[in-house]
Amino acid sequence: MSNNIFRTCPDTGLKFHGPAETLMKVNAVAAVVFLLVGGFYGLLVGLTRWQAVHLLEASDFYMVLTLHGINVLIFWMIFFEIAVLYFCSSVLLGCRLATPKWAWVGFALMVIGAVMNNVIVLQGSSSVMMTSYVPMEAHPLFYLSLILFAVGALIGCFVFFGTLVIAKAEKTYEGSVPLVTFGAITAAVIAVFTIVSGAIVLLPTFLWSVGLVGEIDVLAYRLIWWAFGHSSQQINVAAHVSVWYAIVAILFGAKPLSEKVSRTAFLMYILFLQLASVHHLLVDPGVSSNFKMFNTSYAMYLAVMASMVHGLTVPGSMEAAQRARGHTAGLFTWLRKAPWGNPTFSGMFISLVGFGFLGGITGVVMGAEQINILVHNTLYVPGHFHATVVLGSTMAFMALTYWLVPILFRREIVMKGLAKWQPYIFGLGMSGVALFLMGAGTLGVPRRHWDIGFAGTGGMTHEFPAAAYTMLALNGLSVILAVAGGAAFCVIIVGSLLFGKKLGDQPMAEPCIVAPVTDEEYNANGGSAYAIPGTIVLAMIFFASFALYYFINWKYLAETWGIG
Amino acid sequence: MSSLSPPAKKLWWNEPIHKSELLWISLVFVWGMVMTFMMPYWHVVGKQNLGTETYGTTPKAFQAATQAFVDQYDTGRTEGPKNFPVVAPPEGGDVYLMARLWDWWPIVELKKGATYRFHLSSLDWQHGFSLQPANINVQVVPNYEHVFSLTPNAAGEFSVICNEYCGIGHHLMIGKILVVD
Amino acid sequence: MSDQDETNSGDVPMMQKLLDNPFLLLFLGVASPAVLYLAWGIMEIVTIPAR
Repeated sequence: MSNNIFRTCPDTGLKFHGPAETLMKVNAVAAVVFLLVGGFYGLLVGLTRWQAVHLLEASDFYMVLTLHGINVLIFWMIFFEIAVLYFCSSVLLGCRLATPKWAWVGFALMVIGAVMNNVIVLQGSSSVMMTSYVPMEAHPLFYLSLILFAVGALIGCFVFFGTLVIAKAEKTYEGSVPLVTFGAITAAVIAVFTIVSGAIVLLPTFLWSVGLVGEIDVLAYRLIWWAFGHSSQQINVAAHVSVWYAIVAILFGAKPLSEKVSRTAFLMYILFLQLASVHHLLVDPGVSSNFKMFNTSYAMYLAVMASMVHGLTVPGSMEAAQRARGHTAGLFTWLRKAPWGNPTFSGMFISLVGFGFLGGITGVVMGAEQINILVHNTLYVPGHFHATVVLGSTMAFMALTYWLVPILFRREIVMKGLAKWQPYIFGLGMSGVALFLMGAGTLGVPRRHWDIGFAGTGGMTHEFPAAAYTMLALNGLSVILAVAGGAAFCVIIVGSLLFGKKLGDQPMAEPCIVAPVTDEEYNANGGSAYAIPGTIVLAMIFFASFALYYFINWKYLAETWGIG
Repeated sequence: MSSLSPPAKKLWWNEPIHKSELLWISLVFVWGMVMTFMMPYWHVVGKQNLGTETYGTTPKAFQAATQAFVDQYDTGRTEGPKNFPVVAPPEGGDVYLMARLWDWWPIVELKKGATYRFHLSSLDWQHGFSLQPANINVQVVPNYEHVFSLTPNAAGEFSVICNEYCGIGHHLMIGKILVVD
Repeated sequence: MSDQDETNSGDVPMMQKLLDNPFLLLFLGVASPAVLYLAWGIMEIVTIPAR
């Protein structure tokens, strides 16, 4: 395989490096496969939690829940992110990919690790949940499979950094890297910290499981494991924010309101986002309140501020671009006239709103040291992260995939009618999942729990309010809807890869990337690149919801027992 | 230029920030400060601040301490299918609660309004102390004894369920705290 | 930051230099949580007194 084959995309003008292109394809395909597998397990989980259906037996439930978590939270996400990293380095910088051979080694390790993990958990002796808290013990190959996967992903990160070095040395771009690439750098930095933490905690645990190490300290395991487990989800945040910026650039030709502000916001992620790992330790013994308060606030909420800045600048830059292209009337014409039938747009916008309102607000509120007492290990927690990781990251990645398939694979998307609806089906279902799980969690329903009716205890039970059962039933219905949406995505994408009309070297009938808005366009008719009144109104609604919900929870907290 | 290309201005750091963006940044910065302030503020005025006093222990030592606690304050009554002892410590006293696969032991009887020093640890795997319907949730781990205080503000029967996955009997793990007027 | 006019020449501001250096960012992004979260946390855990 020669290392210098480039093709110029007839639709976007982007330069694709042959080996990089193949690697992006295989990583993206692997990602979708694990999404399909993990999503199916999610269906089984949702139908078991629905007490009237109660599909699986207890042992199968705990096994399937373990599989669901690892497949979608780790495998689907990281495979897709490796593809995104290669895209943001090799393609956006027009540069050859560094050491494609090593990239293949990394990919192979990730595939081996992921498959091995599924096989070993399916054998039934490793139903330890994604967290695999010691001293509960899994099969040694369980830890080994995760280590292999992590090493593979780490190699992928270094291929990304290597590509940046080559691009700079070979001067394939001028000045600073594009903002989207900068976001990818942020994701890769967080990924390195994540994976190194994973290695620090999983290697000794593996040695312990084979009897070479005597004991693993429980509190230290929790501390370091969460530097891996939570930070891995912060890779997703950085990646999907980059995807938002990419999509508004692709669909609207939008330029960032301010390079300085957006990049500084990413810097806040790099410095502080990972401290949020402590969110899982807020009701742990052994670590002080000072440690908890400082870290849970992401060092005084600077990383939260960064997310709120992205939340303004992404729709803001879209608004300014739409206004420059003629949608100037009123506050929201720019939004009404957006391409709501294009899944790349609708998916991205659902991701933005869902991540902000459902995922972001709840995450910050339950991350307050004391409020966490009400929430820790209840269903509120999975409710929250289904809003961030699924409604936020997964939805954004799906949106990008609709755009990427024709560009990368030169195949047309099949079943366009279904594709138009898919983000709405998935988005509605997943919003339901997030809301109903959080609702049940507010009523105290525990997470990772097979039977909240306590049928097998021989008489000692707890009666949860009827509303909790209703929430779990509504969650089950939402899961069905969400899985239908997720399955539709997989069918459309796999169908397109296999049966989509080949596009060859000819540009598509409809342009799939919009020319950047020029300064003249921005400034025509008294407009500007900063005309964002509609976005400001939306931001204020967001802020009011945030503040209201925040103080409501302090009020709830004040009503419970005294705790000291 | 869009976000997919390098910035048009090479010295983009010197570009001014527009006032609409500055307004938002200032607002969220102040909000961040408010939230930063709330946690230490609640430590001063709030009544719900989980203590972090912790000691290293062993399952054996903790079991012995719990047994001594039960022997001292046993009411003679039992509760539940396993006939666990109901233990009533004096107001302001210490309470030992032991988590194991798959029990909370013993059953504790408290007085409303009195403050008790709880000692929590696990004899085996990790567990989750989840007091319902008060909805107070605390992580319980082996080898460490967590000491904090609880002050019941209502009388009645409260359930302690486990909300940290602890194996195949996880959903069977339930205990009780009784609060009397 | 600076009062210089916005030409494409001249000195690149410090902060822009930092943001243009992925390896410095990598160092900061690993060092910050390693110190504030991991090291601080481990320090507290190892100093827990025994009963």
